Amino acid sequence: MSEISRADVEHLAKLAHISMTDEELTTMAGELDVIVDSVKKVSEAVDAEVPATSHPLPLTNVFRRDEVGEVFTAEQALSNAPDAEDGRFKVPAILDEE
Amino acid sequence: MTADMTRLTAVQMAEALRVGEITSVDLVRAHLDRIDAVDGGEAGLNAFLHVSRDEALATAEEVDAIRAAGGAEAEALHPLAGVPIAIKDLIVTVGQPTTAGSKMLEDWMSPYDATVVERIRAAKLPILGKTNLDEFAMGSSTEHSAYGVTRNPWDTDRIPGGSGGGSAAAVAAFEAPLALGTDTGGSIRQPGAVTGTVGTKPTYGSVSRYGAIAMASSLDQIGPVARTTEDAALLHELIAGHDPKDSTSLPDEVPAFGEAARTTDVSGLRIGVIKQLQGEGYQDGVLARFQESLDALREAGAEIVEVDCPSFEHALSAYYLIMPSEASSNLARFDGVRYGARVEPEDGPLTIERVMGATRAAGFGDEVKRRIILGTYALSAGYYDAYYGSAQKVRTLIQRDFAAAFEQADVLISPTAPTVAFPLGEKLDDPLAMYLNDVATIPANLAGIPGISVPGGLSDGLPVGIQFLAPAREDARAYRAAGALETLLTADAEPLWAQAPELSTAAAQTAGE
Repeated sequence: MSEISRADVEHLAKLAHISMTDEELTTMAGELDVIVDSVKKVSEAVDAEVPATSHPLPLTNVFRRDEVGEVFTAEQALSNAPDAEDGRFKVPAILDEE
Repeated sequence: MTADMTRLTAVQMAEALRVGEITSVDLVRAHLDRIDAVDGGEAGLNAFLHVSRDEALATAEEVDAIRAAGGAEAEALHPLAGVPIAIKDLIVTVGQPTTAGSKMLEDWMSPYDATVVERIRAAKLPILGKTNLDEFAMGSSTEHSAYGVTRNPWDTDRIPGGSGGGSAAAVAAFEAPLALGTDTGGSIRQPGAVTGTVGTKPTYGSVSRYGAIAMASSLDQIGPVARTTEDAALLHELIAGHDPKDSTSLPDEVPAFGEAARTTDVSGLRIGVIKQLQGEGYQDGVLARFQESLDALREAGAEIVEVDCPSFEHALSAYYLIMPSEASSNLARFDGVRYGARVEPEDGPLTIERVMGATRAAGFGDEVKRRIILGTYALSAGYYDAYYGSAQKVRTLIQRDFAAAFEQADVLISPTAPTVAFPLGEKLDDPLAMYLNDVATIPANLAGIPGISVPGGLSDGLPVGIQFLAPAREDARAYRAAGALETLLTADAEPLWAQAPELSTAAAQTAGE
C-alpha cells in the first residue's frame, strides 16, 4: 500500500513553504513512500508502557537572570537581511491583494 | 623538516613550535601551499569552501611574536597555539563566510562567532578556512553540497564520507592537522572511517553547540577531527566545557582527554562487541579488520565480551523520523526575510507566502527538501503519535540497551561504517541506501553517548574505521581504548594516515616540473 501520495506531498510542501514543480512532487512522493515504508515499523517496536525520550541527557530547564547581556546592534541584525528600511526588516506583503 | 612539516602530527607541530624549530608562519604557509597544490581545479579535493589566508597568517605572526618575546605571555600560550585548524562550514565565524553548504546562505556573513570558534581564537590556532559538507549537514557523502563534491584523498573517485567530508579529507590530505566537525548521526565518525583519520562525537552537551547551524538539536554535537587519537583528544579538551549560551550545555569539568589517549594499557578492560552491529550488510574486508582489532586488543589483555542490543534494529528508523522532524522545524527559520537568500516568484503577486515558497524552492537542495517534507509528515496531525512519538520511545529502548551493555562492558566496539568509501554517485539516487551508511553511528546520537572512530587498517586499499563507544560523560574511556588500539596497530606498521597515496593534481604536477 502506498504510504504517501502525490497529493500528500503537495499538501506537506505547502505546509513547509516550499514551492514544487509537478515533476518534483511526483519524484518526492515516490522517494518518501519508500522511506516511510521502511521506517514505519517503529510503531510496532514500542508499546504504551515505554516512556518517550525527547532529550538524550536528563537536564532541567536553565534560566538566565533577566538582565540585558550582549546584544546585536540593529545594524548587525540587519546586515544579512535581503531587504531593510529605516532600521527594520522589510517584509513582502502579508496579505494577498484580493 | 620544512618539506615535511604538514606530515607531522598536531602534537609534533606544537612541540616544534615550542622549542623554536619552526615558526607558526612557516607552518601556516606550508599548509596554504598544500591547499593550493591539492584542493583546487577539476581533479582537486575541494575540501575547502573558503581559505582565510590573511587571517591565518596574521594569527600565526601574533603567536610567533609572542614566542619570540618570551616571558609570561609566551609561557601562557595554549599548547596548540600556532597549530593551524580548519572549520566545518556549518560552524559560524566572524569575518569568514558560513554557507552550511547551501545556496540559501551563499553570501551570508555571521555577525557572531560560535563558542568553539571563540575558544580556538583565544588559544590562537590559525584558522585556515571553512570545509565542505553536505548541505546543512544532511548526507553521508558530501555529495549534497551546493558547492561541489569533496574527493577522498585515498581514491579521488570515491566519497570522503559525510556530512563532514571536507574536514576529514583536509586532515587526511595534510591540508590541515586538525579540524572541527559536527556529528548528528555519524558526520564526524563515518568520514573519519573512510579517510583513515580519527573523529570523535563527544557526549551530548559536553561541547557547546552555540553557533553550529542546527539540523537536529537533540542529536547535533560538535567534535574534533585529527590524524591521531591524541591530537583529537587535545583539540577536544580545548573546545569542551560549559557554555551559558547553550541551554543543553553540561556543567562538567573537562577531563584530561590527551592523557587518556596516551594510555596504552588495556589489561582488564572489558570491551563489548555489539551483536547487532556486524554481519549482514557489512563488507567482508571491514569485518576482517574489525576481527583483527579485537584479536589485538584481546592479546593485549582486554576482555572481549558480546553484548546484545536488540532495539538497535529500529535505531535507523527512529533516527530518520526524529532527525527530519527536528530539521523541518529548525530550517523553518530560512524565510527569505531576516537573512539568507530571497527569491521572488516569476509571476503573480509578491506576497510573503509566495516569496517564501520560491526562496525555499531555490535555496534548498533535494536532500534538504526531502528531509523537511519527511519531518513535516512525521509531525503532522494523525501521524505524530505513530511516527514521531514511537521514534522517541525507541530512543528510550536504545538507551536501555546501552545501559545494560555498559553493565557488562566498560566500552563498546563496532565497525564505524558498514563499508569502505564507495564511488562518487553510487548512492546519490537511492536515499535509503545512503541512509544505511549511518547504521552503526546513529545509536550513539540517539542515546547522547560519546563515540570515536580510529583507523583499523585497509580493505582493498581503502581505510576501515573502528568505533569505540562509552557511557555518557565517559569520553575519556573511549579515548583510552582508542589510543590503545592505535598503539597496538602501529607497533609494527606505519600509521594509516602516513600511508595515504600521493595526490597527483594539476597544481602538484606543475610544481614538480
